[in-house]
Amino acid sequence: MLAKRIIPCLDVKDGKTVKGINFINIREVGDPVEMGAVYAAQGADELVFLDITATHEGRKTFVELVRRIAKNINIPFTVGGGVSALSDIEALLSAGADKVSINTAAIKNPGLVDQMALHFGSQFVVVAIDANEKEGNWTAFINGGRIPSDKELFSWAREVQDRGAGEILFTSMNHDGTKNGFACEATARLSESLSIPVIASGGAGNMEHFAEVFTVGKADAGLAASIFHYREITVPQLKEYLQNRNIPVRI
Amino acid sequence: MSVDYALQRLGIRAVITNDHESIRTADKVIFPGVGEASTTMNFLKKEKLDILIKELKQPVLGICLGMQLMCRHSDENDTPCIGIFEEHVRKFTPETGTENINKVPQMGWNSIYKLKGKIFANISEESYVYFVHSYYVSTGNDTSALCNYIHPFSAALQKDNFHATQFHPEKSGKAGSAILDNFLKI
Repeated sequence: MLAKRIIPCLDVKDGKTVKGINFINIREVGDPVEMGAVYAAQGADELVFLDITATHEGRKTFVELVRRIAKNINIPFTVGGGVSALSDIEALLSAGADKVSINTAAIKNPGLVDQMALHFGSQFVVVAIDANEKEGNWTAFINGGRIPSDKELFSWAREVQDRGAGEILFTSMNHDGTKNGFACEATARLSESLSIPVIASGGAGNMEHFAEVFTVGKADAGLAASIFHYREITVPQLKEYLQNRNIPVRI
Repeated sequence: MSVDYALQRLGIRAVITNDHESIRTADKVIFPGVGEASTTMNFLKKEKLDILIKELKQPVLGICLGMQLMCRHSDENDTPCIGIFEEHVRKFTPETGTENINKVPQMGWNSIYKLKGKIFANISEESYVYFVHSYYVSTGNDTSALCNYIHPFSAALQKDNFHATQFHPEKSGKAGSAILDNFLKI
């Protein structure tokens, strides 16, 4: 049976791992390659590395880091953050990334999703959507959650699927950093309306939250950062917990 | 690239080439692949690599699209393939109404079973390995491992010196490294 995936996310700034709380107040927590290798050894199913400064600074360091990750880590990983041109994507894929996620660039230029799918294949294309709910309406935000766009979460996800995205990484800005649980209702609605996998992100605070997002939220994968980085829960503990709840996981 | 890195982790230096002489004289040949069947087959034909691969005598390992192209035929753009394995390549088609449960591509870790042959020596039944694919190889005489997604399909094939995996051993953690290592030791 296809397993539900547990994905630690590592935000990278100037080659170091950080975790933003509600997308601001950044603090350093370690070396991305070293941390990635630890997670892989612990049984993480996949890793996501987001270059959170990429929009403002050069990308060369990040491409070099991606090459180091690929050389050292034996599980799949997605990279993203400030990716806006096909040439960036090509550089990241040839450095060894398994998937590239785009966010702001897709909203500004939706045709980029079609081009990525055409040039590299849908399996390499993850569209990340940071969305905020207000009075029942989910709006996608750009520039690391700083600026609202004119896209509505569900219709936008459907559109990128039709344009050739292979996967959706949905972050609820309302839940991110709160540790009160994932946006299960919105994740379920997203997952049920799409035929591509959905990674849920934002709000993980304990193991129960993962069980909820896989059952109630119908997510294909659950992503979290701080609870893993600060060792509040470990991947093996989490997987054992999920297995005991009859949720299929790779152990 | 990822396969090359995985081989480096096992202490093996690989040469990435389409040169006939280098391929013919190699100790082992790995034929990985991602992409679309007809475009890749056209490239192989243009380079006459389709004929070369079929005639190789040393251990050969096809991965993902590589495995599919070693079959007889792929439904992806109705493409005649190399024809080492007699199995057919078909598209995952979930029943109407189940598309949001049986998502295509199959992406992620799934367990493999009924493992046969040298590359699965010491690999436990129900080991998890990493898959990303929209097309699958049907089951048949050459099937050396099964996986179940929507229905059972060939997770691996083997015939004579030819081995192939639908999953990515280079991305499948410890189990994947062990499978690659087994292949290198044949």
